[in-house]
Amino acid sequence: MKRIGVFVCHCGINIASTVDVQKVAEEVGKMPGVVFATDYIYMCSDPGQALVREKIREENLDAVIVAACSPNLHESTFRTAAGEAGLNPWQLEIANIREQCSWVHSDREKATEKAIRIVKAMVEKTRLNESLDPISVPITRKALVIGGGIAGIQAALDIADAGYEVILVEKEPSIGGHMAQLSETFPTLDCSQCILTPKMVAVGKHGNIELMTYSTVEEISGYVGNFTVKIRRKAAYVDWSICTGCGQCTEVCPAKVPSSFDRNFSTHGAVYVPFPQAVPNKPVIDREHCIHFKTGKCGLCEKTCEIGAIRFDQEDQVFRREVGAVVVAAGYDTLPLSELKEYGAGRVPDVIDGLAFERLLSASGPTNGEIRRPSDGKVPKEVVFVQCAGSRDPERHKPYCSKICCMYTTKHALLYRHRVHDGQPYIFYIDIRTGGKGYEEFYHRAEEDEGIIYLRGKVAKIFRDGAETVVWGTDTLTGKNVEIRADLVVLATAVIPRKSTARLVRKLHIQAGPNGFLAEAHPKLRPVESINSGFYLAGAAQGPKDIPESVAQAGGAACKVISLFSRNRLEQDPAVAWVDEDLCGGCRICISVCPYDARKFDEEKGIAVVNEALCEGCGSCVAACACGATQQKNLTDVQIKNMITASLGGK
Amino acid sequence: MFEPRIICFLCTWCAGAGADLAGTSRLEYTPNGVNIRFMCSGRIDPEHVLWAFGKGADGVLIGGCHPGDCHYMDGNYKTMARVALLSRLLDDFGINRARLRLEWISAAEGAKFASVMNDFTEKLRSLGPMKPATREMAR
Ligand code: FES
Repeated sequence: MKRIGVFVCHCGINIASTVDVQKVAEEVGKMPGVVFATDYIYMCSDPGQALVREKIREENLDAVIVAACSPNLHESTFRTAAGEAGLNPWQLEIANIREQCSWVHSDREKATEKAIRIVKAMVEKTRLNESLDPISVPITRKALVIGGGIAGIQAALDIADAGYEVILVEKEPSIGGHMAQLSETFPTLDCSQCILTPKMVAVGKHGNIELMTYSTVEEISGYVGNFTVKIRRKAAYVDWSICTGCGQCTEVCPAKVPSSFDRNFSTHGAVYVPFPQAVPNKPVIDREHCIHFKTGKCGLCEKTCEIGAIRFDQEDQVFRREVGAVVVAAGYDTLPLSELKEYGAGRVPDVIDGLAFERLLSASGPTNGEIRRPSDGKVPKEVVFVQCAGSRDPERHKPYCSKICCMYTTKHALLYRHRVHDGQPYIFYIDIRTGGKGYEEFYHRAEEDEGIIYLRGKVAKIFRDGAETVVWGTDTLTGKNVEIRADLVVLATAVIPRKSTARLVRKLHIQAGPNGFLAEAHPKLRPVESINSGFYLAGAAQGPKDIPESVAQAGGAACKVISLFSRNRLEQDPAVAWVDEDLCGGCRICISVCPYDARKFDEEKGIAVVNEALCEGCGSCVAACACGATQQKNLTDVQIKNMITASLGGK
Repeated sequence: MFEPRIICFLCTWCAGAGADLAGTSRLEYTPNGVNIRFMCSGRIDPEHVLWAFGKGADGVLIGGCHPGDCHYMDGNYKTMARVALLSRLLDDFGINRARLRLEWISAAEGAKFASVMNDFTEKLRSLGPMKPATREMAR
């Protein structure tokens, strides 16, 4: 019989005040095979761990139970300690008597009795534990970065600079993301393009980065260190391998397509480069608007292109790549104006969103940086900015704070004053949130020196009256209703996840939170990792963020990837499924239930087998196996039944 | 008062983490259950449930991730199907199917775990102890 040792933790008074820890040790100590049982004030402390190591050696223990806090906290701590004393780490188990006992009960007697049952069940499990060795698998030292905005760009550059290969996938024709659309950035007012473009160029030229724009991830399989991805590159109808990017095709194209980059304030041809600094600087043909595709005629671009790069017969291409880690930097969108019924639902011409205003401010934008309103091109003299348009509004829209709007609205109003000196900006706000370096100072400068009128309150309604746009709001500081007849209204619309993020979540099997933003493994301690190993998060896809935060998070994600790649091999939990060859009847049910393709049929032997590297240890196949041939290591049906019996006070 | 014995099978990622959160948030609930931790609710075999009834449990709680949230993609859908079948089997055995409860509890739902435990204990108290003959059936 195995020699088992049990250590019951007081956790100061956290456990000991509701559970009689001495009694637990005493009762469990009476079980057959339990050769040592004690209680100790802090098991996780250095002396506590030393005690475990010492007793393993002294008492010649074959297995150990530490009755303490949740295994999520210290299982690995104690398993390491056991390993140091020469005990196989999988011979150590944690019995959770804190989170699931002492902290949730107050009746000392009942809590003690429950704790005894919990520990006894663990003794029964451990009795039959096998010594296991971690499964070691190789690592493909190449990363996939999804999304070519500032977060994806930064992550790709950091990983590539460390000497590892990166595939950067972006669904638009160019990288750059929303940051490329911005005019100037708060609080320093440096030009967005000027700080972004060099990074975009660096990505385009980096020897370790394979840039795949106009492409999406179609499928991913495998596990940390060993993923296989399928990437679909949309047909650009231009052969980029020979195109020089001269731009002649874009000049002759007679079609007029609203530019989404310019928020529809300008048009481009059906063959176009989204913006002058695009990387790669190669055009694509928008099939839907191309006259040749619609009528079979035109073909002006084809005639103009001397090197023959226009290829109307091009098709989508699918590439397969092996990678070891994935950084998801899928970016954000803003709430469409059409969702904001109270603010005209996008039908009032001079009500625009913040990104559209960025394009008006941008020196390379559709108005060359002059502020002109969309309806008649007039320079607006009264401009109303509305914050929290769709944010912090759990009844009608999004419950959360979009975080960046306070600052960018202040920036908008300030830049507007710099361009239109006799103009009057108003800002409606609920609160001004300026958590960030230099942010509060920036806000004070705007409020005190720039003549911006801040009105604390919500805007109830926006509607058109003749050539004017009427804004009805309340100023909660004076308690009065306010009506402003504005020339232009700019809504700071809520930051939302991209539509494609939900699709991506499903394809990658990662998790999203209730608002659709990507979920991190731990909100405080693991903010750049997904719960699923091998996936890392960067930028606003995980939650609203400004540029410095996105860059910092991208750097953090890159670091995680680099540290993963710096290992020789990866170790995986060996508590996987296995098959008793004598019992297996070859029914193949296990193969059909495995979500990871880890079960295969061995034709020669006529039985089902397990690929341990692919098995994640969920145990679905074990439950499905009709003849009991498939078992989960260290959680067999016998172990489970013995645990149940012990939990119920039986033998 | 009759104090029912409950066995709780919890997946570690959601329901188990929810139970931990109930602890971290110090939400008190009835001490009638003992939790057994699985990686996924999809590991739970109807046989385990019957075994629990046979060995003296008055109620069995199965806790998993919300549909769509299973850490292993679809383990909880398998659980759902198995529990549906098992409930019918319990009828045949004369075990009230209310003694088996399936709940989706996320890692953020500590309060839900506590209230499920309170509610289930109450329910089992009102059902009273299981007849020994019925218990035999489960064996
Ligand atoms: S992991 Fe929770 S139900 Fe599958």
